[in-house]
Amino acid sequence: MRRALAALAVLAFALPAGAETVVAGLSQEEISITTNFDGSEILIFGAVRREAPPPGTGPMEVIVTVEGPSRPVTVRRKDRRFGIWVNTDASEIDAAPTFYAVSTSGPLQEVLTQTEDLRHRVSVPRAIRAVGTGIADQEAFTEALIRIRSDTTAYQLNEGAVRFREQTLFDTGVRLPANLTEGDYLTRIFLTRGGEVVDVFEQAIPVRKVGLERLIFSLAHDRPLVYGILSLAIAIAAGWLASAVFRYIRS
Amino acid sequence: MQIYLPIAEVSVNAFLLLGLGGLVGILSGMFGVGGGFLMTPLLFFIGIPPAVAVATEANQIVASSFSGVLAHLKRKTVDLKMGTVLLIGGLIGAAAGVQVFAALTAIGQVDLLVRLCYVVFLGIIGALMFLESLNAIRRARATPGGAPAAARKQRTWIHALPFKMRFRTSGLYISVIPPLLVGLFVGILAAIMGVGGGFIMVPAMIYLLGMPTKVVVGTSLFQIIFVTGFATLMHATTNYTVDMVLAVLLLVGGVIGAQIGTRIGVKLKAEQLRILLSLMVLAVCGKLAFDLLVMPHELYSISDARAGH
Repeated sequence: MRRALAALAVLAFALPAGAETVVAGLSQEEISITTNFDGSEILIFGAVRREAPPPGTGPMEVIVTVEGPSRPVTVRRKDRRFGIWVNTDASEIDAAPTFYAVSTSGPLQEVLTQTEDLRHRVSVPRAIRAVGTGIADQEAFTEALIRIRSDTTAYQLNEGAVRFREQTLFDTGVRLPANLTEGDYLTRIFLTRGGEVVDVFEQAIPVRKVGLERLIFSLAHDRPLVYGILSLAIAIAAGWLASAVFRYIRS
Repeated sequence: MQIYLPIAEVSVNAFLLLGLGGLVGILSGMFGVGGGFLMTPLLFFIGIPPAVAVATEANQIVASSFSGVLAHLKRKTVDLKMGTVLLIGGLIGAAAGVQVFAALTAIGQVDLLVRLCYVVFLGIIGALMFLESLNAIRRARATPGGAPAAARKQRTWIHALPFKMRFRTSGLYISVIPPLLVGLFVGILAAIMGVGGGFIMVPAMIYLLGMPTKVVVGTSLFQIIFVTGFATLMHATTNYTVDMVLAVLLLVGGVIGAQIGTRIGVKLKAEQLRILLSLMVLAVCGKLAFDLLVMPHELYSISDARAGH
């Protein structure tokens, strides 16, 4: 918080009069995936810094997005062949975030124009890149991806979830599910007025496995043969041990 | 108690996994099947990524079979010579099966192939075993005190094959070609379906090779240990999909379950054991066939390149 205030003091001198800027903070600097990790919630809070009274053109709105690392995905569609349901068509989507949440202080349609959405890739469909797949109904595949990921809360649209008080203070919470992909989660805060973006704030939160989780994951990827043999050894040892214990109990 | 699985990258209830392991372990001990054909679909159902489920299941089967084999070795109901011959075929088959699996994953049809394999094999074997066991029970009732095993002495084409070998524990003098082929076939299926293959091997040993039911369970467990152990290493080194934490949780439940199951199995009659197994096999088959025939709730599916990072 002190750092944020220091930054604020610097900005106060650097900015031209009349500009509105966002100053924000996150409840967590990083997210550690531990053995009992069961999802996490990030609290995002901040304030609008003004050098002059707000202009009279419509109220200010806030949009908060949290975006996980992007990965290519293949979406497949089933169709009935010979009486059974078979994967027939497939569409490769170049890059889709593994997690994406949009929280706003009002209905997204009203707080952001289409043009600004395109420019900043704010809404969920805009965050997905699918180009040149050559499939006629690409739309259907992209929609399916969003639908499936929305069902598992990997994609979220929380309209009205940002509390915005006195046109100055705002806060919101974003719930991250347990099945997070490791990487940097980019948090963006947009200030909009009349649908136009006034200011953007960005901060990345690293999500990392730690402790035993990190150890096992690293071993599995760096020394797969050792890991495989170790897995078998543990399995066999446990098998023998349990058998011995059971025999001991019975005798 | 939720626990985060480092390789599967999902959070699941630890007691649910222990319970699943225990339940499948009991069945494993009773019937000499690895239980993979039940466990793998159950793991899909609780949200474990299929690639991780298949690989980890192989690891878990090693453990649950190990304690089963120890119990059988003590009672001298393992034909080690026959097991070794089956194993040689199994290792070759598993290596080939992993290649088929990789090729089908690339074109997105692996899920269909796995399901079709389940439906076809479980259906045929379940039905055959059910009818045979029913007949055996009926025969036993019709001739009280009569020996229903008399039919096994028939000479078939199997006895005409070369490279004969004596399998003392099984009381057989047959060619090594049929057991090799059975092992090979089971090895391929084990790799593709993510199972130990006991549910194929047990009937094949009884009906095709004519082994006595008493040694069939122990011998199949013996072969399964090595084939699934080999599959675990293949999956660990090529796909990085063996989840140690998941495997340990499943096997703690599984090993205890297998011990209980082995003891239940000793108390039941062979025909009863077979009829129970056949009913279970048919139930799983029916469920999978139903899923293939009925229009799915979601026509689209996502395959993310998780294993690749």
